[in-house]
Amino acid sequence: MSSQKKLVVAHAPYWHDGSKISTKNYHVMIAALPAVLMGISQYGAPALGVMAFAMACAMIWELFWNLVLGKSMSIGDGSAAVTGLLLGMLMPATAPWWVIVLGTFIAIIVGKQIFGGIGFNPLNPPLLALAMLVISFKGVFDFDEALRHYDLGFIMTYPLADLKAFGPAAIEKFSLGDLFMGRQTGAIGSTFGLGLIVGGLYLILRGYVRWEISLSFLAGVFITALLFNLSDSAKYAGPLFHLFTGYTLIAAFFVISEDSSSPANFIPMLLFGALAGLMTVLIRNVGAYVDGVPFSILLMNLANPLLDKIRPKAIGKVVENA
Amino acid sequence: MIKRSFLGLVKPRLEYNLAPDPVQDVPLPKTVTLLLKAGQNGGATACKVGDPVKTGQRLAASLDSAEYVISSVTGSVSAMAPYVDACGRQCTAITIQANGQDDWDDGFDKAPTLDTALKFFEYAPGNPSFKAFADPEKTIRTIVVNGMEQDLLLTANQCVVQNEASDIKSGIDVLKKMTGVDRILMTVPENHVQPASTTGAEVKTVRGAYPQGLAHMIMKDVVGQVVSADETLADTGAVFLSAQAVAAIGAAFNTGKLPVTKVLTVVGKDGSTRNVRTRIGTPLGDVLQACNVTLTDRDRLILGGPMRGIAAYSEDLPVEPGTDGVVVQDDADSAQTTDYPCINCGECVRICPVRIPVNMLVRFLEARLYEDAAAIYDLHCCVECGLCSYVCISRIPIFQYIKLGKYELSLIETAEAANE
Repeated sequence: MSSQKKLVVAHAPYWHDGSKISTKNYHVMIAALPAVLMGISQYGAPALGVMAFAMACAMIWELFWNLVLGKSMSIGDGSAAVTGLLLGMLMPATAPWWVIVLGTFIAIIVGKQIFGGIGFNPLNPPLLALAMLVISFKGVFDFDEALRHYDLGFIMTYPLADLKAFGPAAIEKFSLGDLFMGRQTGAIGSTFGLGLIVGGLYLILRGYVRWEISLSFLAGVFITALLFNLSDSAKYAGPLFHLFTGYTLIAAFFVISEDSSSPANFIPMLLFGALAGLMTVLIRNVGAYVDGVPFSILLMNLANPLLDKIRPKAIGKVVENA
Repeated sequence: MIKRSFLGLVKPRLEYNLAPDPVQDVPLPKTVTLLLKAGQNGGATACKVGDPVKTGQRLAASLDSAEYVISSVTGSVSAMAPYVDACGRQCTAITIQANGQDDWDDGFDKAPTLDTALKFFEYAPGNPSFKAFADPEKTIRTIVVNGMEQDLLLTANQCVVQNEASDIKSGIDVLKKMTGVDRILMTVPENHVQPASTTGAEVKTVRGAYPQGLAHMIMKDVVGQVVSADETLADTGAVFLSAQAVAAIGAAFNTGKLPVTKVLTVVGKDGSTRNVRTRIGTPLGDVLQACNVTLTDRDRLILGGPMRGIAAYSEDLPVEPGTDGVVVQDDADSAQTTDYPCINCGECVRICPVRIPVNMLVRFLEARLYEDAAAIYDLHCCVECGLCSYVCISRIPIFQYIKLGKYELSLIETAEAANE
């Protein structure tokens, strides 16, 4: 017969929309840039150092684990870099190197790899690391204490700490505009509200972040804080204050939407975000910790498999009545 | 290939190709290969090497066998070889050397009965199946003449609707007589309503967005009856025949000659489409040559369309009655799958036309828990559109897992039935 050409066979479909995990992660990093740059401009080289070191450590831990287990290399997908970057953004600029090494170890190895790597982590890796570090090393994450040598020309006390210690009267000195524009102390990458929102909207529009989770989280924070505020405004701060301080915005757009630890169906996504928001404000207002974000989201991560059972009936599904 | 749009928030929309190209004829092939769906033993009785055959001659595995092929050329049988198709079915490949003439066989009797349909039209273009009509356990109330394509880029069926509406009309009349079914629907995209309305069928329009042309989607959206996971289309009382099949039947009764040609869409590497009419059994290489499409090493040659087609391993494989298109894809354009795990992003869940929790399904399929996948995560609801694999950011071969799962389950069922 005719000269045989060597054809490649494969299973359908032969088209793909071209999306890739690495592309997605690079876009997350690009979207984080405004907040990252703001952090660097405020705290200078130490902030850059913390974030760069966190990224490097996270990637080295990933590489280390790949080598130890003899698995195929997965640092190219960018997920370790994003984890490192996010953890860096959640830390104060003065975080010591060993906290970063330990934190990235928790995030990459304990948070992700021991469960099987990307896609298998039940908890959000950077948040798990943050939560364990906050519990273990209170001093490092006491922003008033950690940033006492900085004077950046705005009020250098941590708004949420003021609220916890002295009540809403103590936070009247913060203007919402200042808080929104990043003129507040806090973690490196989590204070610049405008930058985080711009980055988050970019990710939502590009389809890399599910708006259902981000917006329902913000709504959850807003409504819960509003209800508290309406019930006793002398004891509880207003909703906008809660939105623009602490880890709220970075959590809403960069952390809570992490794929593996969040639901995929519509109603579960809304519930997941809203309940995490509610829990955040509950912890802030009546709980022991200054900021409830890490704990509330980790808690909801645990509920994720259960939440995701709420799903529409597949078309054609046969329901057997017992 | 259609890539993810810049604004990824909106779902990707894949549209059918609704602009049929004119049909050109492929010259008569030197050889044709007909795949008789019966193994070596069954095939041996159909004919022998050296037997003369006429155009339109029926070559059956045995006298009482339901499997047969219709020779599409006049000549002599030059080779018979066992062949296993992509679904693992044992076939016999009968190669016929054509002598360049068309000498028509006169075995076709024009009695409009179901027996005629079963005896002569199961090998008609479009792969119509009349077995459901003959099954006493099934009551067929509706015949859907599907003028929609089964995949993207293809326009073969629409061509037939546009150019052969009169044949479809006679085909529908014959079908009514053959089957006794009165309700005949015809589904076409909006721009072909005009020719379709001359056929005498009840015309329904279907949206041009993939996968609305698939039988299960038409049942749900047009007929208004959902095909549930534990039944087949025929169980719901509907039989789908492609417009091409109905036109072929109509033409056969008009001319007295059995259908031996087939319209198919050929898609080149640059995405250009053209429609050709060729003899069933023509080697794919001949079709490509007639269209000036060159094939090189490492290319993909896809029978069908880009979403649901089957990749052929050789250009010597023939055009089959069910082949609505041939797509040639460059190595650089082909989608590569990976062994990355699912990251639970939920793109597949949101794009699935039948709302299957694909993110969970694929985990069960990867773990080979096929029975659980079917019982809990709706494996049998799948309409096999391939969109989940198309959007998968981890590039998991989800569609392949689904097909594999269904296949493994069918093996289990067969084994259980044999044990009883």
